[in-house]
Amino acid sequence: MFFVAAALALAGAFGVVVLRNPFYSVLSLVVHLIALAILFLLLHAQFIAAAQVVVYAGAVMVLYVFVVAYVGGVEDDRDRDPGVVGQLGPLFALFLAVELVIALLGTGLSALDTGGAEIEAGFGSPAEIGELLLRKMLVPFEAASFLLLVAAVGAVVLARKRRGLPDEGIV
Amino acid sequence: MDVAWFLVVSALIFCIGAAGVLTRRNPLVVLLCLELMLNAGNLALISFSRMHGSGDGQIFALIVMVIAACEVVVGLGLIVGMYRRRLPVDVDAMSELRG
Repeated sequence: MFFVAAALALAGAFGVVVLRNPFYSVLSLVVHLIALAILFLLLHAQFIAAAQVVVYAGAVMVLYVFVVAYVGGVEDDRDRDPGVVGQLGPLFALFLAVELVIALLGTGLSALDTGGAEIEAGFGSPAEIGELLLRKMLVPFEAASFLLLVAAVGAVVLARKRRGLPDEGIV
Repeated sequence: MDVAWFLVVSALIFCIGAAGVLTRRNPLVVLLCLELMLNAGNLALISFSRMHGSGDGQIFALIVMVIAACEVVVGLGLIVGMYRRRLPVDVDAMSELRG
């Protein structure tokens, strides 16, 4: 199960980068997110897996599909000169991957080679997450809710129609 | 399954996302690749949460999901704004702030 989900997640991620049409990239990301939710389930994070499917694969991806449909799928043209960053980007990513895997293999964290610590029955359940959020992590929880409010207002300000309005000097 | 396997997958997803951010020009796809990198971070957080048997990492992952949602909303708002002003939807063309 792990290898199937991991292969799907990696293939989805690869598809996002490689596919030329942004619409297919979005669909590939949906596959990736659902495979990632399976991985979360394997790690006993039921609530996060459910939130991943509902919030990410559901709501956020619908937003993406709407914007791709609105803007129109502008394909990257292949013939253009990729530039220095475009040429060195994959090389940089390869080095980063090698370095991270070396760091993982050479680490002194002995618990990495086990299945993880003993966990009690309610681990990762909505009840435990809710209790942690409202007792131990109340400040990050409130900060996140405030950030969501700011982002919603910001998106409305950025994307509203300005035609007919006096120019307010915002670009 | 060992926790190390999950971390290897997370590292690979992060690198694929980084390569995408560096090579793609369409801002929509750059945002998608940023999502990939954030999700790789989430997977690592949840793996470590499982390794220690404590739920704190899962809360962190939840907060990261909130941040990702905010980033998507603002980024897509910018892209829609660019499109409305008939600007090219291309990260290389939007270089006026470079100085």
